[in-house]
Amino acid sequence: MSSNRIMTVSRAISEAIAQEMRSDPNVFVMGEDIGAYGGIFGATSGLLGEFGDARVRDTPISETAFIGAGVGAAMAGMRPIVELMFVDFFGVCMDAIYNLAAKNIYFSGGNCKVPMVIMMATGGGYSDAGQHSQTLHATFAHLPGLKVVAPSNAYDAKGLMTAAIRDDGPVIFMFHKGLQGLAWMASPEGAATELPEESYALPFGEAKILRPGKDITIVAISMMVHHALEAANALARDGIDAEVIDLRTLVPLDRKTVIKSVAKTGRLVVVDEDYKSFGLTAEIITSVAEENPSYFKSPPRRLAVPDVPIPYSRPMEQFVLPDAADIAAAVRASLGKAA
Amino acid sequence: MPSKSQFLWMYEVMEKARYYEDTIAVAYMEGKQPKFDIGAGPLPGEMHLAAGQEPCAAGVCVHLRADDTVTATHRPHHVAIAKGVDLNKMTAEIFGKKAGLAGGRGGHMHLLDPAVNFACSGIVAQGAGPAVGAALAAKLRGTDAVAVSYVGDGAANQGGFLESLNLAGLWKLPVIFVIEDNAWGISVPKAKSTAIADNSLRAAGYAMPGFHVADNDTLKLFDVAGDAVARARAGNGPTLIEVETYRYYGHFQGDPETYRPKGEVAALKAKDPIARFRKAMIDRKEVTAAEADAALARAKAAVDEAFVFARKAAYPAPEEALTHVFA
Repeated sequence: MSSNRIMTVSRAISEAIAQEMRSDPNVFVMGEDIGAYGGIFGATSGLLGEFGDARVRDTPISETAFIGAGVGAAMAGMRPIVELMFVDFFGVCMDAIYNLAAKNIYFSGGNCKVPMVIMMATGGGYSDAGQHSQTLHATFAHLPGLKVVAPSNAYDAKGLMTAAIRDDGPVIFMFHKGLQGLAWMASPEGAATELPEESYALPFGEAKILRPGKDITIVAISMMVHHALEAANALARDGIDAEVIDLRTLVPLDRKTVIKSVAKTGRLVVVDEDYKSFGLTAEIITSVAEENPSYFKSPPRRLAVPDVPIPYSRPMEQFVLPDAADIAAAVRASLGKAA
Repeated sequence: MPSKSQFLWMYEVMEKARYYEDTIAVAYMEGKQPKFDIGAGPLPGEMHLAAGQEPCAAGVCVHLRADDTVTATHRPHHVAIAKGVDLNKMTAEIFGKKAGLAGGRGGHMHLLDPAVNFACSGIVAQGAGPAVGAALAAKLRGTDAVAVSYVGDGAANQGGFLESLNLAGLWKLPVIFVIEDNAWGISVPKAKSTAIADNSLRAAGYAMPGFHVADNDTLKLFDVAGDAVARARAGNGPTLIEVETYRYYGHFQGDPETYRPKGEVAALKAKDPIARFRKAMIDRKEVTAAEADAALARAKAAVDEAFVFARKAAYPAPEEALTHVFA
């Protein structure tokens, strides 16, 4: 990277969209408050001014209709980017997502394309309670036909959004509210990054080793990547050398990088902001166990929301969300070391 | 025409709701200055205030009993107050305290009080189905209880709302749908989201009467809602009412409102519905100014007491997050 531009995740996303809109007239955006407001979480900031309201379309609060319309427009040759404001709102429009967008390529024997991006905000930690704080990674990753992306920083967000727009199938693009770099919500250092001006795409299904280490592997995605790095840095002061892997995409899932890492370290902690059971943490551990259970020198550990709705009250919410201290404790336990 | 006690009840409820929202607006900024962080302070998270929308709550709920069901929106405080939700427990819930309605699990968008059959939801239009269900339960049990579903003008374009209208019309259920038309769906004006200007016209498509109440008129709504509740109690089916109301604050606290025309809120405040209502009841000699002042004082005292109660209350233990997931 030669550029010295430090940009937020929200700016990275809107820049990727703008560049694709400039180069491909089939790309357009629709959703609630994505025009003059620029998206509640800034992902479409500045687009209305440059492209006008024909290609940057505010919609009624009618997700069933406009996400269904996204499917139809995509199959008619357009490349819609549709924003579902909060992932939690999928309940009112899931049929268009999992029965239409996800399956129409299959139902046509590959003869149809559904080149649409459905982007949505995920995550809690700011006391927005149980209908506005979920991540629901596994809910979408579980369903065949959807690619699922969840970047942890601006550089990845731009490259993955560009790839998502160019993909000929439906891509669920999950951005974490707490990583967007909004003026009104705290964001960890490291979410905003240097950002090349030129357009670039990052391949799906390639995890990134953010911190090499030999003692233990910590696997994370989205916001939890930052907690994992914070934990790893704290552990390093005690002589524990943790390897931190950012999965970047859930579907496709880069199992190889994880397996290779655990083969080296022999220990694994997986951390996810989603509900614990039937989710990403189990999937990652199983992927290693299926490959070779003898890689594990100690039982793998997982941190996730303990199968309760996200509570509103701060002490309860902070208790259910994994943080750096939880991760460090799990690592120490895995290594048989007292805190 | 309301009785004297109805005049006073509606006035006190509206003043209580207004003072409640204005008190929250101040408390919400604690811990959020000079740098605004939505997660900071004693009232973290999104906060949707209903100042200006009080007539929708008082003009309908004045006709209701405790055994009638109300489902409200993500902007629920005024309706919760009018339905008689325990103010201390509600405020403690909004402060995330153990003494709250849900022990701090729900917060301001998720206030549920079975003692007065009140619920709300943070998902647009999703109170409509449950209101239809409460009305169905009343019909099956042979009671004359009714249900009221509050939605915003934005929700009138949700499938769940339109499906609920049809089900209620088809089964002739005792439910009243109240659209609080504050003219804005977050940043999108009604004219840019809705194919028709007057949502009450949609009632014809669902075999029920529809009424449009212009300009936040509490007395007009009192009449229309009274007739609707009487029809529902008599077994004559549902009604759709759209009320033109005002949103004084932003969609949520901290909303920069750059999309909103300058001067709009000031123009609305110049014809404040509570002030108009107070003047009307005093001019008509239904209520004296002294009686109105006493009601206002009672309203403020109740709110002040609720805030003291909520602030003094203890936070839940973190582990309490794990309880009440299942029945």
